[in-house]
Amino acid sequence: MAEARVPDVPATDPLSARSEILARIRSANRASISDARTLSAEEAWQRIPRNYRDAGLLTESDRIELFTERLREYGAGVSSSQPAQVADTIAEILRKRNKQTMLLSSGVDPNWLPQDGVRFVADNELSYAEMEACDGVLTGCTVAIAVTGTLALCHESIRGRRALTLLPDYHLCVVEAATIVETVPEGMRALEPHRTQPITLISGPSATADIEMTRIQGVHGPRVLDVVIVV
Amino acid sequence: MAPTSERERQPLDFPSAALPLLHDAQLRGNVRHATDVIQGKRFRVVAEMPDWQSLREAGRQVRAHTLDYLDVYLEQFEQRCTAAGGHVHWARDTAEANRIVLQLAQNPTGRVIKIKSMTTEETGLNHALEAAGIQPIETDLAELIVQLGHDKPSHIVAPALHKNRHQVRELFVRAMNLPDLGDRPEDLAEAARVYLRQQFLSTPVAISGANFLIAETGGVCIVESEGNGRMCLTLPQKLISFAGIDKIIPRFSDLEVMLQLLPRSATGERMNPYNSVWTGVHPGDGPQEFHVVLLDNRRTEVLRDPEARETLQCIRCGACQNACPVYRQTGGHAYGSVYAGPIGAILTPQLALMERGQSLPYASTLCGACYEVCPVKINIPEILIHLRGRVVTGRPSYLRALHPEAMMMRGMQWMFLSETRFRLAQRFGRIAQRPWIRRSGWIERLPSILGGWTRTRDLRPLPQQSFREWFQARPSASTGSHSTLPPQVSSEPPEVPHG
Repeated sequence: MAEARVPDVPATDPLSARSEILARIRSANRASISDARTLSAEEAWQRIPRNYRDAGLLTESDRIELFTERLREYGAGVSSSQPAQVADTIAEILRKRNKQTMLLSSGVDPNWLPQDGVRFVADNELSYAEMEACDGVLTGCTVAIAVTGTLALCHESIRGRRALTLLPDYHLCVVEAATIVETVPEGMRALEPHRTQPITLISGPSATADIEMTRIQGVHGPRVLDVVIVV
Repeated sequence: MAPTSERERQPLDFPSAALPLLHDAQLRGNVRHATDVIQGKRFRVVAEMPDWQSLREAGRQVRAHTLDYLDVYLEQFEQRCTAAGGHVHWARDTAEANRIVLQLAQNPTGRVIKIKSMTTEETGLNHALEAAGIQPIETDLAELIVQLGHDKPSHIVAPALHKNRHQVRELFVRAMNLPDLGDRPEDLAEAARVYLRQQFLSTPVAISGANFLIAETGGVCIVESEGNGRMCLTLPQKLISFAGIDKIIPRFSDLEVMLQLLPRSATGERMNPYNSVWTGVHPGDGPQEFHVVLLDNRRTEVLRDPEARETLQCIRCGACQNACPVYRQTGGHAYGSVYAGPIGAILTPQLALMERGQSLPYASTLCGACYEVCPVKINIPEILIHLRGRVVTGRPSYLRALHPEAMMMRGMQWMFLSETRFRLAQRFGRIAQRPWIRRSGWIERLPSILGGWTRTRDLRPLPQQSFREWFQARPSASTGSHSTLPPQVSSEPPEVPHG
């Protein structure tokens, strides 16, 4: 238990720090920008040339293939399923992984859930300990990016808080083919309407290369990631 | 943890700091291996991007534009973040920043969990927290290794790349009391997972850095690999994010550029495992109290220098370090500062108003590899030269005039201004060099300050006849006789003496 021992730094007026920093910035910019700021920030931003690729070129099946390949490179398991067979596919995967209790984000389509073999737990203000005790978590996905193998979860649209996909050791994510885009700019554009929500981009299971640059899968997040693509 | 700020107050001298490190074979091996691996991966994932140069240009322009309108965007960020339930604090210098955090970080457990943040290294926050009785727990694997070893980070992205698995195991065995721990990286990561999980669940306050502050939304973006960041951003009741005022980007959509440039440049991945974006406080999800501390610490002075302000475009990817032939030999510690490598060589002296780190602008061969890999096209070699100029002009005028290099340059200028003096100097040089020419025909060692040149290389002696002398002595074509080449030059063009 630590009592506050605030060091002897002279008390400063927080408001003056703000105005002083802003004044320093304005004076520095006046001194060092050769052409004065004639445009508004908005206009100047619009004029930034963006000659990079902002749209994909692949057909839908090639896009799905690329996404699958990238996920596999990260060490994620990938299955594809027709809409009617999603529940069977999920049941099969969970049986192989030996998962009995799965957390559920409330955005998951009830038709995707297998009828027996697995207990699904909705997040009714569960404690972190209760979340950890589950074998894994099942969620949907807002947008997926093929080139980078990225699952983008907007937590309000999948209707699950961020801790859901963090504390359990296993994550099963269902991706509908229509939500898969090819490039990062397309993905960010699809996320734009959700931009003030909490967003998590997941590209493979958590990993580190901090020890001798050896990639180790699974440090703090779920160590195993499976993805079902609904085609 | 070593008292960072005190150690940094000592004057730095890159060559003296580098020398012992060059004799540490273990360290050099570790650094070489790590930088080779990251460079190789980066090269592969950059090569597969046909639009990489367009992305770099867009990245540069977005960052330069942000600096031009920094006041506008900071105010916008503050307004939007506050509207979303966050609190924004402004700090003129490191002491003010640490003071704000100390007041916010008080909690009954006496601990805070931390995500890797170069900015908190810059302010010496861990030391300040410890002095106030709060224990900071680093949760990034590499930072944990650095913290347990009472060490300092040596790389922006991989702070512990100077340690190998055996050294890490030793640290963990002692700190976590695990005598049977294996030394496979998997074992070590598992030990860290178990050790830190309890801390994540029981510590009510987290401190993070920030990769990007989004002016348009008041949101913050953090890019990471391990999931320790997500733990810190999600589980505690209170989150304090620490960021330099340069970390702003104008809009959410600018992430489409940054999130392509940063992971490929930093770790050679197409995308890093986890990116988090959040905006203020989200009811029912994550910390219910959120603070951002905006740090100036002389960044506004960097902004004032038209030739060097692009330093602030940096997005801290570390690609310049991996590419730098100097960094690859010495590792990060030789730079004696939080920011090492080429970016450290330009950022450190500027943040210290050229008072410290005067040797750092010289810690470069100016080969340009850093500029080539920089995802936001910071022209580091040009800024290095500019800062060398500032080092020289910053000397007191009496020292400037009497500095041996300055005197030599003035002498050279005087000599080159007259043909007679130039010819005389050549003749003098041919005689004066005689005692230094070895039997090999090379000059291997020169006296006094000229010796710096020959310490690492041999020098060709001045030829006995210069090109001009040969040209004038040559029988003219009109006499019909054959021209003769000077004896020592054979078929190669005669060497022109170096000025």
